Amino acid sequence: MSKFKKKKDGGLPPVNTASLPDIVFMLLFFFMVATVMREDTLFVQNQLPLADQVEKLDKKYPVSYIYMGKPSENYRKFGTVARIQLNDKFADVSEVGRFIDAERLALREELVPFLTVSLKVDKDANMGIVGDVKQELRKVNALKINYTTGIGDALSNIKN
Amino acid sequence: MAKRAAPEVNAGSMADIAFLLLIFFLVTTTIEKDSGINRKLPPIDDSEVDPPIIKQKNIFTVLLNKNDQLLVEDEPMQIKDLRKAAVEFLDNGGDGTCDYCQGAKSPSSSDNPDKAIISLKNDRETSYAAYIAVQNELVAAYNVLRNRRALELGPQKGFNDMDFIKMQNNLKDVRWTGNKEKLKELVDQIKVEIPQKLSEVVE
Repeated sequence: MSKFKKKKDGGLPPVNTASLPDIVFMLLFFFMVATVMREDTLFVQNQLPLADQVEKLDKKYPVSYIYMGKPSENYRKFGTVARIQLNDKFADVSEVGRFIDAERLALREELVPFLTVSLKVDKDANMGIVGDVKQELRKVNALKINYTTGIGDALSNIKN
Repeated sequence: MAKRAAPEVNAGSMADIAFLLLIFFLVTTTIEKDSGINRKLPPIDDSEVDPPIIKQKNIFTVLLNKNDQLLVEDEPMQIKDLRKAAVEFLDNGGDGTCDYCQGAKSPSSSDNPDKAIISLKNDRETSYAAYIAVQNELVAAYNVLRNRRALELGPQKGFNDMDFIKMQNNLKDVRWTGNKEKLKELVDQIKVEIPQKLSEVVE
């Protein structure tokens, strides 16, 4: 038996994965900084249309969200017609007024006139439901609205 | 004694942990979209006052039917041409009171930007995407005119190379160092000269 063992040859040396955690951490930090916790669980499809003449929603003032769109894949039992979602629940048009009242109650009094309603409407929804919601908002005097959109070329919304 | 290398810490599972956290963040968070087209709805008016009579030539009618087709001033139109048509209508300056208008001064189009009203009507079956595209083009038409006016007036008041959008952004920006009061005055003046009069027809 020789004292000097011949080094085993053959077999690739293991790939050094020490920098892998760094890369993943970098991604993690990016996501932590660039995103916010989901406020509502979306039950409806919500692909926003694009527009380029947009203004930023003023976060200084309170914002309420109303989602509209077709029920998403898991909620197909609610049909394929666009529906309204308020606070984690499907809702009827008639409930919009009460929703706004509840949102106002939760606010400090001096901020109530500044409440903006952000309409997050799926681009495949039609205007009937949006018009109904707008009419309800007028009834409760919530007149500041924002059609929330992505930023991009508005002409690309139209299919033909 | 032989020199020994320091033992290496096995960091193999660190990537797994980081991945776990990453996936958690991926599923529980969203990238917030917080911009859009701001609009103000008209209040419900119960009073029995007759609305003021508006001359037909001062109204720019835009109709969007259920197949997302446009009818502008009784003529079919493509959405890409809408912005230009709206600018021409608003900028017409038919009665000569608008000295900053550069339009054709056609007597059959609007009198001045203050009197000109864009009326938008859509069907219940109109798709939301088309509606937003039309809204966007109409807002763009106003912005085209306001930007032009801002570039005309800006240098006189000492705000060079600033269009209307930039002025508004600067006005909101706390880090902007400049005469905010003067800028606000200018922005308000442009808003008065070219007011955004966009009305929607509700059945």
